[in-house]
Amino acid sequence: MKHILTTALLAASLVLSGCGKKNADGSSKKDDSISLQNIGSDTMVNLAQAWAEAYHNVDPKVSVEVSGGGSGIGVAALINGTCDIANSSRKLEKEEEEKATAKYGGKHPTEHHIGYDALAIYVHPSNPITEISIEQLAEIYKEGGKFSKWSDLGVTMPSGQDEIVRASRQNNSGTYHYFREAVVGKKNDFKQGSRDMNGSKEVVDLVGTTPSAIGFSGIGYHTSKVKVVKVSKKTGEPGVEPTIKTTLDKTYPIARPMFMYVPPSAKPEAEKYIAWIVSEPGQKIVIKEGYVPLEAFAPKDK
Amino acid sequence: MTMHAQIQPAPQFGETPFTRKKRRNEMIAQGIFAVMVACIVIPLFLIVGYLIKEGVSLISWEFLTTNPTGGMRKGGIWSALLGTFWLVGTSLCISAPIGVLAAVYLNEYAKDNWFNRVVNLAVVNLAGVPSIVHALFGLGAFVLFAGMGRSIIAASLTLAIMTMPVIIASTKEALAAVPRQFREACWNVGATKWQTIWRIVLPNSVSGILTGVILQVSRTAGETAPIMFTGAVFYRKIEEGNLFAYGLGDQCMALSMHLFTVTTQVTNAPHALPFAIATVLLAFVLLVNLTAILFRSWLRNRKKW
Amino acid sequence: MTSSRSALSIYGEKAIEWLIRICGVSAIIFVFAIFFFVFREGAPFLTDEKFSLWKFLTSTEWYPTSMSNIRYGTFALIAGTLSVTGVAMLIAVPFGLGAAIFVSEFCTGKLREFLKVIIELLAAIPSIVWGFIGLTVMNPVIQTVFNVQVGLNVLNAAILLALMSIPVMVSIGEDALKAVPDSYREAAIALGATRWQLIWRALLPAAKNGLLAAVLLGVGRAVGETMAVLMATGHAVNVPHSIFDSVRTLTATIAAELGEASEGSPHYRVLFLIGILLFTITFIVNLVADFVVKGIKNK
Repeated sequence: MKHILTTALLAASLVLSGCGKKNADGSSKKDDSISLQNIGSDTMVNLAQAWAEAYHNVDPKVSVEVSGGGSGIGVAALINGTCDIANSSRKLEKEEEEKATAKYGGKHPTEHHIGYDALAIYVHPSNPITEISIEQLAEIYKEGGKFSKWSDLGVTMPSGQDEIVRASRQNNSGTYHYFREAVVGKKNDFKQGSRDMNGSKEVVDLVGTTPSAIGFSGIGYHTSKVKVVKVSKKTGEPGVEPTIKTTLDKTYPIARPMFMYVPPSAKPEAEKYIAWIVSEPGQKIVIKEGYVPLEAFAPKDK
Repeated sequence: MTMHAQIQPAPQFGETPFTRKKRRNEMIAQGIFAVMVACIVIPLFLIVGYLIKEGVSLISWEFLTTNPTGGMRKGGIWSALLGTFWLVGTSLCISAPIGVLAAVYLNEYAKDNWFNRVVNLAVVNLAGVPSIVHALFGLGAFVLFAGMGRSIIAASLTLAIMTMPVIIASTKEALAAVPRQFREACWNVGATKWQTIWRIVLPNSVSGILTGVILQVSRTAGETAPIMFTGAVFYRKIEEGNLFAYGLGDQCMALSMHLFTVTTQVTNAPHALPFAIATVLLAFVLLVNLTAILFRSWLRNRKKW
Repeated sequence: MTSSRSALSIYGEKAIEWLIRICGVSAIIFVFAIFFFVFREGAPFLTDEKFSLWKFLTSTEWYPTSMSNIRYGTFALIAGTLSVTGVAMLIAVPFGLGAAIFVSEFCTGKLREFLKVIIELLAAIPSIVWGFIGLTVMNPVIQTVFNVQVGLNVLNAAILLALMSIPVMVSIGEDALKAVPDSYREAAIALGATRWQLIWRALLPAAKNGLLAAVLLGVGRAVGETMAVLMATGHAVNVPHSIFDSVRTLTATIAAELGEASEGSPHYRVLFLIGILLFTITFIVNLVADFVVKGIKNK
């Protein structure tokens, strides 16, 4: 009759051991490596991933965990103290800054400007349009905007599909916020019924497969299946192509800086990592990924 | 079940226009239903075939065992694959014991009263709760309330609760298939209820339980929504070849999530990459399922009572 | 008998029985816990003065992050979910029940086993893979076949959802047909009924409840599906006027927006309220299905 007891113990230990054992493994492995939590902006996530990967060769001990989710998530993680580095494609709002400072007992999170992102306007290659103005974009995208057909812009679609298919982003992504601020108008809202894609790449994909579509996404997401349209501030002015040069001299109207925030509680490796990011090798990756580097590292010939 | 199958329509002799028409109608009916089934079966083959055709060029041992590199455009899927294994394994450790014991309770202990009807109803409803609601629950309960943060353990707990009904249902079925006489014989020689269950009922239904466990594995491996907010990350590099490169408190990559990010976020990736990831995920899930199905039919044929 | 056992073994057994009882009722605990935790995150907003339940359910304007005029109307999302589910059911019900009838009434032996295996495998395909198929395969197909601008629409998602919910219908529907006594079939055939008449006049009425339950479970599956509809509907807040319109569902909205809604913000809480709405819908559907099934068993 001892069996009952042994089986009881066995059953109980089975339940516990499954988890317990792995716990031990998990903690023992952490002795020799440092992991940095890098959370935030979807715009920057590809770039952050490329840095994380390259940095592994610079300092093999440091492993950077990148998760996207968006600037909002990054800022939230900064305020909650659950990350070492927060990526944000916008500056911290005053309120957020205050919250974060309160969380860390009066110490501010440090802000690092790490490059720029130019928002490109994409259309299908078959679309004859070459230039578009911010005003026109606003009429297309904003609530109550007047343009819903390509013919409203004076464009004749070769496919005969005149209705504009608007590709946008989900309503809390940094890209959406920036586009609203820079194009639609801060006090306005987007016209409902746009295809709100989950990722910058999905926007480009949708535009690439839909002849009558228009979409906005970081210039880093450019592919051969879509065409980038020149953008001007006002209708009639010459359009500007998004390049490193036009972004840096501010002639391209829809570009924004990208930031990384480090909370005071972060591991010292975080600051070292960012120091590497804003140095030559880190900024080379910015260019390679299709973003715009800091002024000091811009290629001279362009 | 075989009874009605043996009943055939009127034989050929003495065929009148009426019976001929009847036979023709019968053929038409059968034809329509066969086409309907074909419409369901053919997509499966088309889909699987297409995914494999587009993705197979990338799949190799190296693809499975190296980390993603080059902004996730090159390299393999090692950290996602291992992450999926960890999520599946951990959630199995949680849901299998609870699920099996719950089924034991429902089949062996529960009396037929209103309370136990509610329990059964709860199991059915647990299976019906949308995966995204499980995700909300996991976020609210494990990540935030229990303070686990986004981690493998929080994601696994979410997955475990979500897939537990699979184990409960198939274990219950397996336990119910053990004839009552087995139990009575055991009680008659003086065994207690638990002894009977441990020595007689469970060993005789172990195969059915395993089938449930296998199905749970396949269900867990494919889920995306519940882990999106509870423990899966976009990218994480881990030691290649080390099966214990993750810990329970870590966040991890997962195959399903990786497929999602590659299709929505990673630009200029090779055309074959998402297909290859989908193929690996599908192959894993379908093979696991097929194992369960074959296992079950083998057991049915073997059953002695 | 009991006297020969040690006290330890008796307590051991008692402990195990308690463990079993706790696990047994765990399902109830989990269901309540799910409701509780989802409600806990969403509820504080119910009493907020900016929130109106009526508007939440009837307004089509979904602007949770507006800087000037925040609006939380989910009607367009509900319409999206219902339209996708409805069209999916229009496809899935005939095919699913037809397949159930075929497997149960026309097939024997190897073919029957084969079909059941295939349908079970169909059920195993992860929803993310379906979504991927919708995005990469179905999108261009629908664009060319129907000559529409965007292939990511109600029809695309409905076809995927139909394929996803058919396996549930087939297996439950087949059980329901199996439960019809063979004497019904024998009687019908003895009366000279064709197999078509047998199915239409005898089997379907007899298995009515079970088939209804099968459909309801299919509906539950379709309403709750997330990843496939997230990728295949086109994700546009829109009350659809045709099956070629893009829509957005309740589930997809949570999946797309929760990630960036900061914890505790009104937007975050509204997403949990949508979760409660979904939970309630599927709960009712499953409950009704369960009662319908129990109805047959008691008969």
